[in-house]
Amino acid sequence: MTVTAPETGKKKPTGSRRGGVMGSSGLYIATGVAALLFLLPFYLIVRNSLMTDPEITGENWKWFPTDIQWGNITEPFNDVTVDFAQSMWNSVVVAVLHTTGILLVCSLAGYGLARIPYKHANKVFYVVLTTLMVPTAVTFVPSFVLVSSFGWVDSYRGLIIPGLFSGFTCFLFRQYFLGFPKELEEAARVDGLGYWGAYWRVVVPNSLNFFAAIATITFINGWNSFLWPLVIGQDPSAWTVQVALSSYMTNQTVNYHLIFMATAISILPLLFVFLFLQRWLVQGIAQTGIKG
Amino acid sequence: MSTTTTRGVAQPAPAKVSKGRPRRGLLASSTFNFWLFTGPFLIGLVIFVFVPIGWSIYLSFFEARFTVTPSQFIGFENYTQVLTDVDFLNSLVTFTVFAAFIVPATWAVSLGLALLVNRLRFMRAFFRSVFFLPTAVSYVAASLIWKMSLFNGVRFGLANTVIGWFGIDNIAWLASPDPPWYWLVIVTVRLWLQSGFYMILFIAALQNIPRELYEAASLDGAKPGWQTFRYITLPQLRATSTAVILLLLVAAYQAFDEFFNLLPKATWGQPPLVELYKMALGENQNYGAGSAGAVVLTMLICVVTLLQGKFMGFGRGEESK
Repeated sequence: MTVTAPETGKKKPTGSRRGGVMGSSGLYIATGVAALLFLLPFYLIVRNSLMTDPEITGENWKWFPTDIQWGNITEPFNDVTVDFAQSMWNSVVVAVLHTTGILLVCSLAGYGLARIPYKHANKVFYVVLTTLMVPTAVTFVPSFVLVSSFGWVDSYRGLIIPGLFSGFTCFLFRQYFLGFPKELEEAARVDGLGYWGAYWRVVVPNSLNFFAAIATITFINGWNSFLWPLVIGQDPSAWTVQVALSSYMTNQTVNYHLIFMATAISILPLLFVFLFLQRWLVQGIAQTGIKG
Repeated sequence: MSTTTTRGVAQPAPAKVSKGRPRRGLLASSTFNFWLFTGPFLIGLVIFVFVPIGWSIYLSFFEARFTVTPSQFIGFENYTQVLTDVDFLNSLVTFTVFAAFIVPATWAVSLGLALLVNRLRFMRAFFRSVFFLPTAVSYVAASLIWKMSLFNGVRFGLANTVIGWFGIDNIAWLASPDPPWYWLVIVTVRLWLQSGFYMILFIAALQNIPRELYEAASLDGAKPGWQTFRYITLPQLRATSTAVILLLLVAAYQAFDEFFNLLPKATWGQPPLVELYKMALGENQNYGAGSAGAVVLTMLICVVTLLQGKFMGFGRGEESK
């Protein structure tokens, strides 16, 4: 990242020269076509959710509804087969607590591994690294067996707690804290703060950007996760919104406008998160420790 | 590694102060603090990662249908059952085919998008956001759009409508393995969902390529375009490409959501995780065989990751830090 800053002065001439190869308008046409393709599925959700079923399944393709069905918005909430409101609420609870928990647990561990001198710290770090080799998705069978023996099936505990111990997130925090300026902490230590005090009063407040980046990514993953909630949500009252959406697909009766309205509603919270926190999201992805 | 040692050297001063007061000594001791910070995470890691893995290995040697406290030791029977199970072996084939399509396709599309966006002079942020936006959508929601609107097997699906304009008959995209049109559906869902994410990685990498390299190349007479891309951009992106390919492979291995939702009742195109799900949580609830399958898969993933690391050098940069 730092490399680009001094270069900005030279950027323009190079940019225009390279732009000339393809022709600026050609470049914009290519990008524009690709952009339309990427936006098409979003448009289809909106189109279908505001149409009537006969119009969606009609012989003649229509790009726009003849009569926009605003009344469709409440339909998922009135549907009796799937308790959509409950599943939305479950997703909110799970995603929020998942994000908070992961930030707390993994950032502390990452800091400990990166900055607190302890003679066996490297061994502990290797223990964490080995878990990166075993994807959590593969261990869902034994995890389910374990969690069900705790009696946590169909509960928020079962949905949230097993996912909090992410070796990968801990690893990312460790990498970040390794690069955190030591001077700030040392000043805090001189002022008489212990590790704990220095962490909460100096390190965390100065790392909010990174925390926001990880929070955004974690929230999106939590909201969108499917396999684990499917395994744990045996009873419909414990379904997250993804499991509810999936159940619509296997229902005998297909109610197109309702399904697409439910999908649109399930995506909306994330679009808000996405648009407001995009800066951190991009930064977080670019920083995720896999820079060249 | 170097950090811990230098820190150790810097430590003696506070340690001396703490000798006077034992209670503060504990709170100030770095060993105590190390465990205070990492303890909760490590305990969770042991309970929710290591215990399940251990339990899985244990269960895999027992007859365990409908029960998690088995009594009958059956040795490697579950393993032979899994490794001779046609469905399970087919799922490995499915994974291989899937990876062979999705990894190069995502690599090319995300790199292509990054190159496009990086060359834009206006509206760069806008286009970046557009390509990035699908990252917010879940696999379930995307599968739903693909299955019920884009690639619906009947006339009103968009794909069939479009080919209908050219006089081509409807195609039942997901309903049969022959011809295997379902691959087109499955690959495009994932391509749409993940390309934007990897595009960001490539954009970050592209911006880290020193401008001087391009200037030097143009002085040497390299034509901008294919030549500079081939001899400067591509080699400079090597490290990022390696990481992207590794991430894509691991992600492909864990594919579940879109297959489960797009091909719920199909007997074809089932990847390993879907097979495991059916084995352990389906009608038979065979935790023993499911656990054996999980062990086999985990070992396969480890081998693939290690091999790739050996060939492509992933993780070496980590060691040198």
